[in-house]
Amino acid sequence: MSVPSQLFDCRDAFARSLEEAAAADPRIVAVVNDSLGSSKMGGFRKLYPQRLVNVGIAEQNMVGVGCGLANGGMIPFVCGAACFLTGRAMEQVKVDLAYSKSNVKLCGMSGGLAYGPLGPTHHSIEDLAWTRVLPHLTVIVPADPYETEQAFRAALALDGPVYLRLSRMGVPNVHGEDHRFQLGRATKLREGRDVTLIANGTMVCRALEAAQQLELEGVQARVLNMATLRPLDTGAIAAAAEETGCIVTAEEHSIHGGLGGAVAEAVTATTPVPVRMVGVPDAFAPTGSVGFLFEHFGLTAAGIHDAALEAMRRKSRKC
Amino acid sequence: MVHSAKTGHPGGDLSSADILVSLYFGVMKAGGSWTASEDRDRFVMSKGHCSGAFYSVLAEAGCFPDEWLDHYMKPLSMLNGHPDRNKLPGVEANTGPLGHGMPIATGMALAAKISGASWRTFILTGDGELQEGSNWEAGMTAAHYGLDNLTLIVDRNRIQQGAWTEDTIRLEPLADKWRAFGWAVQEVDGHDHAALLDVFGRLPFEKGKPNCVIAHTHKGMGVSFIQDRPEWHHKVPSDAELEAALKELQA
Repeated sequence: MSVPSQLFDCRDAFARSLEEAAAADPRIVAVVNDSLGSSKMGGFRKLYPQRLVNVGIAEQNMVGVGCGLANGGMIPFVCGAACFLTGRAMEQVKVDLAYSKSNVKLCGMSGGLAYGPLGPTHHSIEDLAWTRVLPHLTVIVPADPYETEQAFRAALALDGPVYLRLSRMGVPNVHGEDHRFQLGRATKLREGRDVTLIANGTMVCRALEAAQQLELEGVQARVLNMATLRPLDTGAIAAAAEETGCIVTAEEHSIHGGLGGAVAEAVTATTPVPVRMVGVPDAFAPTGSVGFLFEHFGLTAAGIHDAALEAMRRKSRKC
Repeated sequence: MVHSAKTGHPGGDLSSADILVSLYFGVMKAGGSWTASEDRDRFVMSKGHCSGAFYSVLAEAGCFPDEWLDHYMKPLSMLNGHPDRNKLPGVEANTGPLGHGMPIATGMALAAKISGASWRTFILTGDGELQEGSNWEAGMTAAHYGLDNLTLIVDRNRIQQGAWTEDTIRLEPLADKWRAFGWAVQEVDGHDHAALLDVFGRLPFEKGKPNCVIAHTHKGMGVSFIQDRPEWHHKVPSDAELEAALKELQA
C-alpha cells in the first residue's frame, strides 16, 4: 500500500474520543498538570468543568491523585507531557498504578523527540523502557488517528492501568477505516518473506515507506505495527523470525529498552535471528528541530531501508 | 509480630496505635461489613512501614481473621511488610515509599466531591515523611479544591529513621505550615482516646478547608526501653525484651 500524504495529530483523535466517552460515562475524569493546551483538553473542560482536575505543575501528585480517583470509583485519564509524566512520577507509576492495579489511564503527550529544539529535558525517549518493565501496566503506542481512537476504547474497556503514548507529530493514516486494533496483537500491514520491519507510533509510516523502496529493489519486507508494547505479541515476533530470518525494529525512542529491546528479548528466547534497531542511540540529542533530529538519528524510511539490507546481509553471512 | 517476623518497625507501630484504634472503632465507617461497600470511609496508611499496628487494627475490625497475623512477613503471606490492597481486605492503597499517601487520599476526596458521595477520607502520615515534597503538592491541591471531606493525621512522634526530625530536617512550625497551605489545623495528644475522638467529632473544622490533626505521640509508646529512642525505629526485640515489653503494655 502507498502511504497517504495528509498528516494528522493523534492528540486530536484522543481528545475527541475522550469527550465522546465522557458524555456516556460520568465516571470519566481528566487530570492535567497545567497542560490543558498540550493535552488538548480545552474542549473537555468546556463540556465537563467539574470533571477536569488541574493539579498544577505537580506530576507525582497528579499520578497519585489519579490512583485515589480510581479508588473512589472514577476512571481517570491522567494527561501530561510524556517526559514529565513518566520521568518525574515514575515511582508513583510503579507503586500507585502498576503494583496497585489501579484503573488509571496515563496519557503521555508528545512522546519521543517531538519537542525538538527544547532539548533532552523535554524529549521522552526513555519512557517505553521505564514503563514496559512494570507488571500489570499495559503500554500502547498508536500509529495514526484510527488506531488512537481504538486504542483509547481498548484502554477504557480494560479494568487496569494503561500507558498510552501519543505524539504531537503529524502522521498519515496508515490503517484503513476497517482497521481493528486488538490489544496485545501486532497488525500485519504488509506481507513479506525477506525481512520483517517492526515499528510503532510515528515510525510505522516510515517503515511502510521503506518497504515500498525495498520492493522496488526486489526485497519483500513484512511490516508489523507493534502498537501494544506490553503485553507483547511474541507470537508475531517468533513467526517473523522463523519466516523472514531477520528483523529491523523502528521506534522514536532509545534503542535500549524499548521496542527494539523487547523484540530482541523475544527473539533470543524463541528463534535467534539478526535484529537491527533503528532509534535514538545511546546519546542525548543535540539541538535541532524534530525534523532535523529524525534525519540526524536516521529515524527515516532511508534509515530503516539501510538497516533492512544490513540485517539481510547478516542473515546470509550466518547461513 | 515483629519479634516473630524478625523484622518490622515497632517504634512507629506503637506511636500510631492509639490513632488507628480511635479511627477504626470510633470515627470511620470502615472494617466489618463496610469493607466491601462503595460507601465506606477511606483510610490511607501512608506510613506503610507501620504495618504491624495497621494489620492488628484491621484484624480487630474484622477485615480478616486474627490468625493471619501469625503469618506477618512470612513466605507467601498476604501480610507483606508494607500493605498490598490486592492481597489484604481493608487496605485501600499500596504504600511503603513515603509521600505517596497524600496525593492518593486527595484523589479519593476529589472523587467523593465530584460524584457527590458522603463518605470521607482519612490519611495517617509519619512526621519525617513530610519531608517528601509530594505531600505539599497534594496539600496545595486539597486546599485549592476545598476538600473538607479529607482529614490528614500526622503521627508527630518527632523521630524519623535515624534521628530526631528537628535535628535532621526541621519540620517546625508544622501547624503554621499547614495553615499557610490553606488547611484547618488542630493539635491533640495522640495517645488520649477521648481527646482524639473529641477532635474527630468536630470534623470538618472549617467548611471548605481540608483538615489536619497533628497528633503528638511518642515513638515506642508504653514500653520504657523503646519509648522515644531513635534506635528502635526498626529494631527487633529479643525474647527477653518482648516479654518485658508485653508486661509493661499489659500493666
